[in-house]
Amino acid sequence: MRMAATTRGLSVTLRQRAPVPLDCTLDCAPGELLALVGPSGSGKSTVLRCIAGLHLPAQGRVECGGASWLDRQRGIELPPQQRRVGMVFQNYSLLPHLSALDNVALALWQSAPGQREAEAREWLERVHLHGLERHFPAQLSGGQQQRVALARALARTMSTTSAPESTAGASEPAALLLDEPFSAVDQVTRRKLQQELARLRRELPIPIVLVTHDLDEARMLADRMVLLHHGVSLQSGPPEEVMTRPANTTIARLVGLVNIFEGVVGELPPNGRLVLEWLGRRLEVADNPRPGFARGDKVLWAIPSEGILLHLPGHPSPNEGENPVTGSVADCIVLGPHTQIMFRPDGGAHDMSLTFSAPTHVAQRNGIVSGAVISVTLLAGAIHLMPWSDQWSES
Amino acid sequence: MPMDWPALVLSLKLAAATTLLLLPLAVLLAWPLAWSRFAGKSLLEALVALPLVLPPTVLGFYLLSAFGNHSTLGQTYHALTGRALVFSFDGLLLASLIFNLPFAVQPIQRAFDAVPREAREAAWCCGLSAWRTLWRVELPLAWPGLLSAIVLTFAHTLGEFGVVLMVGGGIEGETRTVAISIYDRVQAFDEHGAAVMSALLVAISFAAIGTLNLLTRRIGRGGRDSV
Repeated sequence: MRMAATTRGLSVTLRQRAPVPLDCTLDCAPGELLALVGPSGSGKSTVLRCIAGLHLPAQGRVECGGASWLDRQRGIELPPQQRRVGMVFQNYSLLPHLSALDNVALALWQSAPGQREAEAREWLERVHLHGLERHFPAQLSGGQQQRVALARALARTMSTTSAPESTAGASEPAALLLDEPFSAVDQVTRRKLQQELARLRRELPIPIVLVTHDLDEARMLADRMVLLHHGVSLQSGPPEEVMTRPANTTIARLVGLVNIFEGVVGELPPNGRLVLEWLGRRLEVADNPRPGFARGDKVLWAIPSEGILLHLPGHPSPNEGENPVTGSVADCIVLGPHTQIMFRPDGGAHDMSLTFSAPTHVAQRNGIVSGAVISVTLLAGAIHLMPWSDQWSES
Repeated sequence: MPMDWPALVLSLKLAAATTLLLLPLAVLLAWPLAWSRFAGKSLLEALVALPLVLPPTVLGFYLLSAFGNHSTLGQTYHALTGRALVFSFDGLLLASLIFNLPFAVQPIQRAFDAVPREAREAAWCCGLSAWRTLWRVELPLAWPGLLSAIVLTFAHTLGEFGVVLMVGGGIEGETRTVAISIYDRVQAFDEHGAAVMSALLVAISFAAIGTLNLLTRRIGRGGRDSV
């Protein structure tokens, strides 16, 4: 997969100090959807603009399907026109003086006029905009505008006739770039558009890069994700992995892990589970121990909210024997159908708490209120160890 | 006869020729001024704006010197065409192109400035070259600015007096425009003739600006022109 990414898909390395600092590497195989995730101002859009040819980084390389789009060392700097990139801009950037049909047809300007219109119609139908061809952007809803923008980007990348004159044919390398495409629409429309993208992408044999600040979106749509912070690509991998197995605490915080604690590596049996010493307890860890951890090492460990199970009196669950921890409820906040529980383990400092959530009806039925004494299970498979760092605690 | 018809025809001819020649030139000047950064951009902008602030007689004086039969420009032009630049329609037209620069360039530059960057980038990402983007995206979106430039240049050429007098000299049928003719009538105590021609100039200018406003508003309501 990785070899394929470097030889046929999109391969990007970017480095610069100003105006936006970048130190970023990413690969995206044909047919793969890669999410570029990071908080606002992390340089996500700049990376996308570098791929499209709209921004020239100080150093770097962009390759797509074996063709070099950018190589500062070799002096290759293809303009956006010569990169077959379908770009969906954050605000869609539809041309206000052109109808939906003409906006899509613009990407097919190299086709013969008659064919151009027929093809543009097909793309609009593909994104369920049949009947709105003659509408102008101002007459379309946000969701409809987004679809026109997507149709235009698809027409640019997928049309067999819109290949630049220099190199003909459908096999010409292309990439689809989506810059926060769902951020400007309401939640109902967003869900619908996300589902449509998930369906549509199965038919797209090209690399797709999706820029988003929404971790859930990355989890839903992406095969892999790259986490970007201050322009630096910190970790890449399947979203589930990045979000539950962050390489360090900075990444853990960025992916929203709040349960981060100090511990000490206990026993390291060759075939058994690693033991983590924490608050005088011995926690079993099923996580693959990172090479380099030795007995007695200080480490940081994290557990996602889903890895903490509430013990219910009278309803013992099969995992209850796994890392049981007793303590009290420091606080609980009802958030609609879910209740967020701040759990203070016995023996922990007064400000130490594990946060997890339970269905509100379960919490209410079991008398989970502030001060209640409860016990929980910390799933051995959910505990993740990270190297020790002095600056781990949130300032 | 109160109306100097040859002068009116000459004025209209000069205004039309100036507008027609200056428009593409102004687009080519305004385009880089709006979009790119280059050394000497501020200087170029200042030069373009200069006719706005210079007294027309000062501009006319310099143009007269530059166009004169002893100047390189005047001599070259004479060698090429056999005609003189001073006191001729050709010279008047060239002067008119120069003193109208800000009236044509500035509205177009402002209109280009107002075209969203993303619109051009979207066109580039669709594979459109810079020229094609200008033609199919920027010019259609900057259309109100182009219209302003056309009307301002046309109306301003009709009314220009100082530069026309300095460079053209007011020769009947060659360089005597309506504005000069009105001055001549006043000098000759023909107030009626001056009044008729002045009223006509007011009417033409008013109609031009009225048409501009009307067209701009129609475009503002959503252009339906498929480019």
